[in-house]
Amino acid sequence: MPEKPKVAFYWCASCGGCEEAVVDLAEDILKVVEAVDIVLWPVALDFKKKDVEAMPDNSIAVAFINGAVRMSEQEEWVHMLRRKSQLVVAFGSCAHLGGIPGLANFTNKAEIFANSYFDVPSVDNPGRVVPLEKSGGNGETLTLPEFFDTVRALDQVIPVDYYLPGCAPPKDLIMNAVTAILTGQLPPKGTVLSPSKAACDVCPRKDSKPDKIEIAEIKRITTSIPDPEKCFLAQGYVCMGPATRSGCGERCIHGNMPCRGCFGPPDGVYDQGAKFLSAFASLLTAKTDEEIDALIDQIPDPAGTFYRFSLPTSIMQRKRTRVES
Amino acid sequence: MSTAVIALEDVTKTKGPGVGAAWEPRIVAFFCNWCTYTASDLAGTARLTYDPNAPVIRVMCSGRVDPQFVLRALGEGADGVLIGGCHPGDCHYQEGNYKTLRRFKLLKKVLGQLGVEDERVRLEWISASEGDRVQHAINDMTNQLRRLGPFAQRGASHA
Amino acid sequence: MKTIELKMNGIEVEAEERTPLLKIAERLGIRIPTLCAHPLVEPYGVCRLCTVEVHQRNRVRMVTACNYPATNGIEVLTDTPRVRRDRRMIIEWFLARSGRLPLLQALAEEYGVTEPRFGLGDDPCILCGLCVRVCSDVVGANVLGFFNRGTTREVSTAYGETSEQCIACGACAYVCPTGCIEIQDEPALVRDALPLGPMTPIYIPTMQAVPHQPVIDHESCIHFKTGGCEVCASVCEPKAIDHKQADRVDQIDVGTILVATGFQAVDAKRVPQYGYGQYDNVFAALQIEHMVNASGPTNGQVVLKDGRTPESVGIIHCVGSRDKNTHEYCSRVCCMYSLKLAHLIHERSHAKIYNFYIDMRAPGKGYEEFYNRLLLEGVEFIRGRVAEVSDWAVTPGEKGKLLIRVEDTLAGFVRRIPVDMVVLSTGLEARSDAEAVRRLFNISCSSDGWFLERHPKLAPVDTFTDGVFIAGCAQGPKDIPDTVAQAGAAAAQAMSLIDRGAVELEAYTADIDETKCSGCQTCVPLCPFTAITFNREKKVSELNAALCKGCGTCVAACPSHAAEQHHFTDEQIFAEIEGVLVA
Repeated sequence: MPEKPKVAFYWCASCGGCEEAVVDLAEDILKVVEAVDIVLWPVALDFKKKDVEAMPDNSIAVAFINGAVRMSEQEEWVHMLRRKSQLVVAFGSCAHLGGIPGLANFTNKAEIFANSYFDVPSVDNPGRVVPLEKSGGNGETLTLPEFFDTVRALDQVIPVDYYLPGCAPPKDLIMNAVTAILTGQLPPKGTVLSPSKAACDVCPRKDSKPDKIEIAEIKRITTSIPDPEKCFLAQGYVCMGPATRSGCGERCIHGNMPCRGCFGPPDGVYDQGAKFLSAFASLLTAKTDEEIDALIDQIPDPAGTFYRFSLPTSIMQRKRTRVES
Repeated sequence: MSTAVIALEDVTKTKGPGVGAAWEPRIVAFFCNWCTYTASDLAGTARLTYDPNAPVIRVMCSGRVDPQFVLRALGEGADGVLIGGCHPGDCHYQEGNYKTLRRFKLLKKVLGQLGVEDERVRLEWISASEGDRVQHAINDMTNQLRRLGPFAQRGASHA
Repeated sequence: MKTIELKMNGIEVEAEERTPLLKIAERLGIRIPTLCAHPLVEPYGVCRLCTVEVHQRNRVRMVTACNYPATNGIEVLTDTPRVRRDRRMIIEWFLARSGRLPLLQALAEEYGVTEPRFGLGDDPCILCGLCVRVCSDVVGANVLGFFNRGTTREVSTAYGETSEQCIACGACAYVCPTGCIEIQDEPALVRDALPLGPMTPIYIPTMQAVPHQPVIDHESCIHFKTGGCEVCASVCEPKAIDHKQADRVDQIDVGTILVATGFQAVDAKRVPQYGYGQYDNVFAALQIEHMVNASGPTNGQVVLKDGRTPESVGIIHCVGSRDKNTHEYCSRVCCMYSLKLAHLIHERSHAKIYNFYIDMRAPGKGYEEFYNRLLLEGVEFIRGRVAEVSDWAVTPGEKGKLLIRVEDTLAGFVRRIPVDMVVLSTGLEARSDAEAVRRLFNISCSSDGWFLERHPKLAPVDTFTDGVFIAGCAQGPKDIPDTVAQAGAAAAQAMSLIDRGAVELEAYTADIDETKCSGCQTCVPLCPFTAITFNREKKVSELNAALCKGCGTCVAACPSHAAEQHHFTDEQIFAEIEGVLVA
């Protein structure tokens, strides 16, 4: 009997949602499980690092890696999985673009540690003790992975063959990808496994767009409920649809929530946040300096909103701080 | 139209902190063809001297300036970006500069959040006859960036 | 109205009921003398001269034909012995008041009044009331009225004072049968504003006006205020006047436009130290141009405001030019026209002429030679910027003169020169509406407000907007030969464009890739040239390259990278960015 292709799942800086997405395949998962040989899946199966280390290079058919890379342990693992695998698929927004963890690029290790370990009122840590990479006592050395200042997407650490976008990738996209891999019918390397056209193309509210979209007032979902029939942008809500590739099934739209851009930009766009900014600002109706300022003030956190999933893979990648020499 | 009288040598050349004496800021300038680019031509024929720190990329209208260009310039090593367009109401294409203004303001807010100092990205309205404004904008911005220092690059490491 | 039948002098005639007999007589060609009737006004019946006999049934009545209404079946006799006897009496009474008037003497002779019994009076006014009626009923100004009673009755203005309501339309003088109302002509006065302003609301601007036809000034025409008057229309024989003519806005599609909107003279009031508008005899150059013209207000005579001929004239160059406070540039034409005016003033008045100049700019054929000629004619040229013009006389000889204070830089001292007349050589400036005009045509202005040429040397009549050309002073101050040359050049450019019959579209238009467009419609409202439309069937945005002007705004906004601009693609610009930043 021919050997079943080996498949690995690994998670870096993630929420676990991508693992859920795999589980969400429900009965389809049985098809997957039957067809492949899962050699690594930390959330579900008990394989260890040494098991993977023992495998020959390129012996794993495909490694699905989700999560962003922000610690040395993750960096080490993904390098190893790259060596051991023929194909590496960046699974989910975090691996594809940097994802939500990527928002940490607005800050750095020092600030994060300070906030987590001693600055917040709920923590009592007068000694300002923080986790150390090396610590120990009684003859024992304890190590912790290095915590990097900057969060990176998967392809900023290792070469990636395919991308499965989404937070988390929808069921049918995963099934299509797995099927394609198993049947060897793959598009060119580097392809994002989702249609490139922006979400507006398939949005159920597309026909409700007026002849001219003009935004005179910016609305927020925190303070108002959108009309369930009309295009969000036309109503004044920030909807990243125009700058986000499609394929997600418009789950958020159906839930009366504007798109947040988790699938990343269409092909040819280098910086999703910048392009959306350009499109959105062009639709504002304000003309004078004062009017424009007042309108823009209605978005409290534009960088966080426009780069919600894509900060590490944007052109700036992270917030810049002066390094005093 | 009155123009400001700019003294030719009112720039004070100061050096940025912690930089070698040879460091000079690099500014990428995006000028619209009809107004600002023509004005810089005029600055040339009028023999107005200005710092050579701002090579110019010509676009037909300031409305063509994609925020990606600004970010790319900063990401590729520029210390500043200067966008030059026609005065509001004077755009050769009617309204392109209004869109530029709106995009620019939102971009500045985002850039601020990304740690890009205010002086590094600048929008100037310069009409075709205002060669002196080109001179002033470039000299002024170069000076400010000399004081500010180089733009903090992403760096090769992940630190 | 009812038609009735009557007889007049035996002639059977039909008329509308209540028509005044005088009108019927006019229709029949029967002459009835009148003094107080006029086609423009309603009949008054005050002079009684038109008295006629009316027979109705068995009654005979003597009535005034001007206002007696015709009724059915009457018989009118206009020249019976009784009528003539009554008219003779009326004439004698008129002679008693105004016997010297030729008008009345003619009447007296016609009716055989050889010995007026009541004497001959001197009053030029016969109280016919035509002037009063025309002024109130036709013109609507209500300036004249009858005052007092009996023998002291007279026509006058309110309180006998000059009326501010009088618009000097001249209607009263026009209708007055005795000529006792005159409109005074004052050719010696030169008016303040240029053009010299209308004397009447309907006027011909100047003797050289093209076309040489009157125009009606909407602002001061009484018809537009009261609905009345229209005297001009009623006296115009070919009926060429139509007050209802309104502005008409026509839309004409053209392919080329030539903007030659000219200049305006600098307002001399902007240089207050020269006293323009303050002193009577400080004139702007254009006013002198007007004055020296043979068909101007003074028939070419050079006169002061009070009509005297000046004995000395000071011409100040560079008023509003070469001056930080107004315009720094040189207006190019003023030196030459100042020399011309010096020559003409000298010729007409033999006055002593002073020209105050900074530099003498006389380039061109024969210009320097003309300057030399003036030197020989004895014009005194003083090189210096005039500091001030005032009327503060220090010596008795200076009284009534204008004093010019100037530093004579060649002689090296400050001079104080009394003159009768000062002429300010005002410069040229861009018209005050230049900003609005240039926006209309989508062209630029230079820093001084003149329209901007595409290239100062190689394309002086083109603008940056294809198809729009500029010529003449709109582009910058210049004289007539240069203007004509530029006009020819611009016309030739326009002609060649028309001749070509086709316009090359710019190559840098934008393009929308249908396979990438998601139909988000972000680009649609951005195009001011409506080059982008949303195709509701295909659900994508489409770009019409013929309308696209190539600004690239839609390209920068497109969040899908579906729109690209030829020759300015993202990739090309990224490459440029990389290129300029290469260390």
